[in-house]
Amino acid sequence: MANSFHIVVCASIVPDPLQTLEPVDGAGGPTLKNEMVLPAVLDPWAACALYEAADLAAKHPGSKVWLVSLGPKAKLQQVMMTVAQKVPFELVAIDGPLGGFTDAHATAAALAEAIAAIPGLERSRLLLFGGWESASRGAGVTMQVVGERLGISDQFQGVDQITVRDDGGFEVLERVEGGQHQVSVCAGAPAVLGWATGNLPEPRNSPQIGMVNMRGILPALQRAKSAKLGANGLSYVSVSLPRQQRETRVVRDMPDAEIAGEIVAWIAE
Amino acid sequence: MSEGSEEVQEVERQEMAVDIACVGFGPAMGGFLTTLTRAMAGGDAAMESKAMPGMPLQVLCYERADDLAAGVSGVVTRARAIRASFPELEPAGIPMMTPVRQEKVLYLLDPGGASRRSTALRLGDTLLRALCGPLRVEQDALELPYTPGFLRKHDGLVMSIGQFNQWVGGELMATGLAQVWPGTPVSTALFDGKAVVGVRLADQGVDRAGAPAAGYMAGMDVRAALTVVGDGPVGAVGQSIDRKLGMPQGPQAHEPGTGQRTALQPQARGREWALGMKMVVELPEDTPLEAGTVWHTFGYPEPEIFGFLYVHPERLASVGIFVPSWMGNPERTSYRYLQHFLQHPYLWRYLNGGTMRSWGAKSLEESGANGEPFLAGDGYARIGEGSGSTNLLTGSGVDEAWATGVQLAEAVAELLRAGKAFTGENLEAAYVRRRRASFVERGAQAAKAARNGFHKGVVRGLLGMALAGVSGGRLSLSARIRPAHRQIEPLANFYRRLKPEQMEKAIREARSGGRTLHDALMDACGWPEIRYDGKLLVSQQDALLLGGKVQAAAGFADHVIFRDPALCAECGERTCIAMCSGQAITQGEGAAPAFDREKCIHCGACLWNCAQSPDGENSNIEFRAGAGGLHSAEN
Repeated sequence: MANSFHIVVCASIVPDPLQTLEPVDGAGGPTLKNEMVLPAVLDPWAACALYEAADLAAKHPGSKVWLVSLGPKAKLQQVMMTVAQKVPFELVAIDGPLGGFTDAHATAAALAEAIAAIPGLERSRLLLFGGWESASRGAGVTMQVVGERLGISDQFQGVDQITVRDDGGFEVLERVEGGQHQVSVCAGAPAVLGWATGNLPEPRNSPQIGMVNMRGILPALQRAKSAKLGANGLSYVSVSLPRQQRETRVVRDMPDAEIAGEIVAWIAE
Repeated sequence: MSEGSEEVQEVERQEMAVDIACVGFGPAMGGFLTTLTRAMAGGDAAMESKAMPGMPLQVLCYERADDLAAGVSGVVTRARAIRASFPELEPAGIPMMTPVRQEKVLYLLDPGGASRRSTALRLGDTLLRALCGPLRVEQDALELPYTPGFLRKHDGLVMSIGQFNQWVGGELMATGLAQVWPGTPVSTALFDGKAVVGVRLADQGVDRAGAPAAGYMAGMDVRAALTVVGDGPVGAVGQSIDRKLGMPQGPQAHEPGTGQRTALQPQARGREWALGMKMVVELPEDTPLEAGTVWHTFGYPEPEIFGFLYVHPERLASVGIFVPSWMGNPERTSYRYLQHFLQHPYLWRYLNGGTMRSWGAKSLEESGANGEPFLAGDGYARIGEGSGSTNLLTGSGVDEAWATGVQLAEAVAELLRAGKAFTGENLEAAYVRRRRASFVERGAQAAKAARNGFHKGVVRGLLGMALAGVSGGRLSLSARIRPAHRQIEPLANFYRRLKPEQMEKAIREARSGGRTLHDALMDACGWPEIRYDGKLLVSQQDALLLGGKVQAAAGFADHVIFRDPALCAECGERTCIAMCSGQAITQGEGAAPAFDREKCIHCGACLWNCAQSPDGENSNIEFRAGAGGLHSAEN
């Protein structure tokens, strides 16, 4: 089949970054307070990769998208109720811990093992998608290690666009310093693409897509293999959230220019 | 086939057939789906799908919020129906759930003199302060020596509705027998004559006015033999059915002063409301409050405002107030009242040093049985708060809602096994009959007139409530309850205690844009300024940011509509602005106020906090289906 792809998207779930997150020391190392209670979402970077994968698959008939996701089954199930309405995919679930304070190599090994075991997956058509970053505790190396473990040497990070050529090769736009894109040409699959934001909006919720996806999601959750990821000898010296400063003052009758000036001065501090 | 809203344009829509379409995932739907999926699990041939022959019954539930955990309420409930569904329920297995361990009722006196109290109430307060012994006033509060039986939740549970919904949803989806789809608002019921034949999902890819825009996707028509409506008191589907089919006739009453019997009138749905606003607070590390502590309060910040404090495990507490529609203040504002409530000396000694973890608000339909709609008709049945199940006397709604869901599921299973269709007659016999014979109905009838007295004053209200409580509803005060918009008093009437120059100054300050009118008026009445501590006392906008996630998915139309802008232009009260929980409704530059969909937390307060009415019954604000809202799992 000309120019059709088997696209595997690695996308884990993360605590909703807009909630109040509080690192605490747990029995097995750092964790987030009430992490099982916090609502989870598909990692926003990986979600962009999923939408790009679905778009690419739709443009190239005969293509197929798998979503490989690692997390507690109950949380995966909850998140899939929303994600399943977005784009068509087949879920490969790995039952694992929620916390992201695990060794990235152990995580990558579990993902690579699950991908290698996907029935019917053709390496010659394989595009491995994921986020180049994570909204929560991203190690920045997971996708690269998954690729290495699967023996895929063509790797691109910070991808914003892929354009498939008639000869089966593709052109990739990668983010580089200075707000520029680097243009690379790859002869063809297999390749690893760690996505930045891409260019696609979040798809609308589609009840039909949801119904179709759901037929495969529950069985996938039921047969999810357990991955026991530990810190693998990794120890954390300290854990902190990005610094957030909130200074609220109520002012009345202050001219707009004065407010703007104060904000600029505050940013410059 | 027609849709409920006349304004929806005729476009080509996709259709899908299921067996049972459900709207709104709250406690009532949790009870319904839990019970129904258990009936389906046995492989009973009667539970085979007619929409998809050979498959199990196809049961779909659509929920507007982005997540099943987005329910807004920390509650205390006796949980009789919930425990009947889960006899082995272990509270420790559900985050934020704990058994009730101690309960008390507190009368909060006014520590600062700003509260709008009648002379009689002030006199009473003075007498109370002179008391000593067990009835001594401490920290400006009087602990009632016992909790009246009708209020008591001593055998119940303190829980978070968000966490409970999430747990129930997880259990349900694990069965694979029902699908619950969050982030999917439903715009209306679909009708064939007077029969409900399914629902229409909200259009996506539209502009603010609902016109097709980039990425337009017409909302799908989901056809079903049975539509289960559990979308709460401000839900679009429930409203569409009320508009199309009307309301049942209410009982006759005596015309005040004449002794004549009144003509039969339709039940008056949506006349009595309250806005519940609360915070989940992480208590200071050395808090002496133990999990399972339950306080009910009344008397402060205004006499009409009831409050609560429920302590969850892990030093979390839900603290909040109820601002009722019968408090005629046209500039009522839940948020600032909540801040004064937190700082009442009796509570503040425990809350000071705490941190807000989440915040939220929700409209409570307080008409109860007085506003009960048709519970069932051809092709549909209604459950939960929107069906009038809330018990106004006991202040209990979750358990009753769950029970109505269970009753409907039992009825549905019975009809399926008997091979009977979901006609109004069959649902009446199977569902409504069950409900009428249950504690839900007994409680609703006992509570029916319990709050009448509040329409004639707080003291009479409390007396009437006590009367109904001790007599099981046999005794109560009578009242003619006006439509919600007529319960709002004109500014000059309500703020008579202010001098004209004080009133003019407040209005001037509000018009200049420096502050809101309710803030200016409360300051003028002597309410102290809120000193923000950045943790618990924060600005209303910071509460939106710190208290969870307020998000509105792109591509949906505005769901708050000002029906007749000319009426808004004439409106001197603009209560909708003062009571908007998210400050999503603001003054604006046109005739009608401005609405910012991205700040709306879907509390529904605007629907009943509007002093104008184009038809004499309903307010000038329409609350339609919309996406997004508040999202904080700890609510």
